[in-house]
Amino acid sequence: MIEIENLSFGYSRKSLLFRNLNLKLQEGHIYGLLGKNGAGKSTLLKNMVGLVSPMEGSCQVNGFDSCKRQPAMLENLYFIPEEIYMPSLTAKQFVANTAPFYPFFDEDAFYRYLSEFEVPTHAVFSKMSFGQQKKAIIAFGLATNTSALIMDEPTNGLDIPSKVQFRRIIASALTENRCIIISTHQVRDLDSLIDTLVVVHNREIVLNESLDAISERLTFTTIPESEALQALYAEDALRGKQAILPNVMGNYSKVDMELLFNAITSGNTSVTGILQRPHYEQSL
Amino acid sequence: MEFKENEPIYLQIAAHVCDQILLGKWASEDKIPSVRDLAVTFQVNPNTVMRTYEQLQNQEVIYNKRGIGFFVTPDAVQKVKAQRKERFLQQDLPAFFRNIFLLEIGLEEIQKRYEAYKTENYEQEIEQKP
Repeated sequence: MIEIENLSFGYSRKSLLFRNLNLKLQEGHIYGLLGKNGAGKSTLLKNMVGLVSPMEGSCQVNGFDSCKRQPAMLENLYFIPEEIYMPSLTAKQFVANTAPFYPFFDEDAFYRYLSEFEVPTHAVFSKMSFGQQKKAIIAFGLATNTSALIMDEPTNGLDIPSKVQFRRIIASALTENRCIIISTHQVRDLDSLIDTLVVVHNREIVLNESLDAISERLTFTTIPESEALQALYAEDALRGKQAILPNVMGNYSKVDMELLFNAITSGNTSVTGILQRPHYEQSL
Repeated sequence: MEFKENEPIYLQIAAHVCDQILLGKWASEDKIPSVRDLAVTFQVNPNTVMRTYEQLQNQEVIYNKRGIGFFVTPDAVQKVKAQRKERFLQQDLPAFFRNIFLLEIGLEEIQKRYEAYKTENYEQEIEQKP
């Protein structure tokens, strides 16, 4: 679906954002892309969709080089940036202008999503509030039925009921031949939707693992202060420590994405070490 | 929808499906909600519900009619009950035994209390039984 090989990129030659970065994303999944401010999440997405070109290496979508921006690649990809520009058009006019570029566009679905999001169909986009604009473009992006749907911070600016609607709509929109990539800081908004976590840190992809695989190997729990030494990573909590431990008993615990993210970006290598270790080694 | 943190979501959804079957809301040979519909209801990844349905299929609680959807098997209620009984005997009963052993509660007392509990809570059901 999306294949990045040995990608190097930076806005200036002197300071590279990515060096020899590799990443493969497959259809049928919802990826959560996490990274600190300035780690290059948005830049990575821009590389995927062809808004910037790699200095070295390649980035392909459905087998087409993104940076060549061929129509065959663009018609099967939709990108919703964090900051959006909405023209002074109504939903109907926007469809007339933009939908012809997307051969799989489903107009009924577009209006259905709009009504689920409670966005008025007769109003002019540019006059709407930021949240309404964002929902309108998410509705359009989903209705294009492209195989790749990439969203940068889609839940920013959404009010509380909209976040529930967003989760329902995304749950209904994932199909076997669709790949949804969501970059976010608000992991709790998307908790049970994301199935695979991708973390960018220090110019590399430090994690690309399904949540199932993560919870098989790690236990997320609260432990008393006295046991903190056994933990791979621990943070102070109200009572004792919130900790990540190796999952030796094979018990299930929900992956605490924020805790895991903090562990990885604090330079803790024991957590990533366990996640990267092949399965056969673990049973020994 | 709030999920418990100590059990995989797909198992919690499976328990929900089994509850509907035990309660008779979804009868045998009924078509149950599609993977997508249930994913929307619970606001979860459809892959999670797919995993639920795969497991329930293996347990012969539901079956798949290709291209039509998932249906409740004729003996789903017995299947669910058998599994829950098994789980109770394996997991909950040992903990219960441990407690009554430590607290020195005799089986006679348990028996007496159990009879009282039954008449108090399930009087009607007991009368109905042949």
